[in-house]
Amino acid sequence: MAGNAILREVTLTLSMVPDMEIAASKTATAMAEFMKMSPDRIDEVRMAVVEACINAFEHSHSPDHKVYMTFEVLGDKEPESLRITVRDTGVGFLPAEIEEPNIEAKLKAERKRGWGLKIIRGLMDDVEIRSGSDGTTVVMSKSR
Amino acid sequence: MTESLNVTVDRRDGLAVVYTEGYINNQGGEDIARVAYKLLDEGYKVLLLNLAGTKIVNSIGISILIEIIEKMIEIEGQLGFCCLTPTIEKTFHIMGLAQYARIFPDEQSAVAGLRA
Repeated sequence: MAGNAILREVTLTLSMVPDMEIAASKTATAMAEFMKMSPDRIDEVRMAVVEACINAFEHSHSPDHKVYMTFEVLGDKEPESLRITVRDTGVGFLPAEIEEPNIEAKLKAERKRGWGLKIIRGLMDDVEIRSGSDGTTVVMSKSR
Repeated sequence: MTESLNVTVDRRDGLAVVYTEGYINNQGGEDIARVAYKLLDEGYKVLLLNLAGTKIVNSIGISILIEIIEKMIEIEGQLGFCCLTPTIEKTFHIMGLAQYARIFPDEQSAVAGLRA
């Protein structure tokens, strides 16, 4: 089990403007490289971060038009895992009511989007979503 | 700050290879779709997307690729992908794209596989 001490922490506030998710992915890359995560796993973290940001940009309707992110390297003495928190102050949603997308249905459907959470869950080790009327927080982790 | 995608095409006998370079986001996906639909209008029914120059995609961009897959199914054509990063390939498997579009490790095997 990964140690819980925070060895390094970076916070980032993103404006909801096109392609700002790339800035977040660069911060994630820097943190993952610091903890010597493998390149393939770093790529997976980058992609999950991009998806989490896009979800917030597209669906949160946050009044402040911002996404608040925290990147934490956790471990005892050595880095063991990277925990990324993505928070918005938007309208929230009920995660249990989100239907899992599947390709057969999407090929027939007019709307082919809605893959973000499935991709995040597929690429990260642990994903926790807390959502309510004051916003949504996604906490996702990946071990080194 | 807008990430751009460059799309180029190599038309070959009965097959067209579409090369991408950059981020496949909403705009990038639309750029690929525009090129793909033009190729279909020209009569190409076999398309290969070579993503060697793309290191990051997002689900909005991939959703537009699903529209292209839907179109290829309609016309009984073939769409293949090659030179994907391991993460993009994993993402395509998570989404199920690999059931409807063939994925090849390199362009040579892709061209041979799609022509077979």
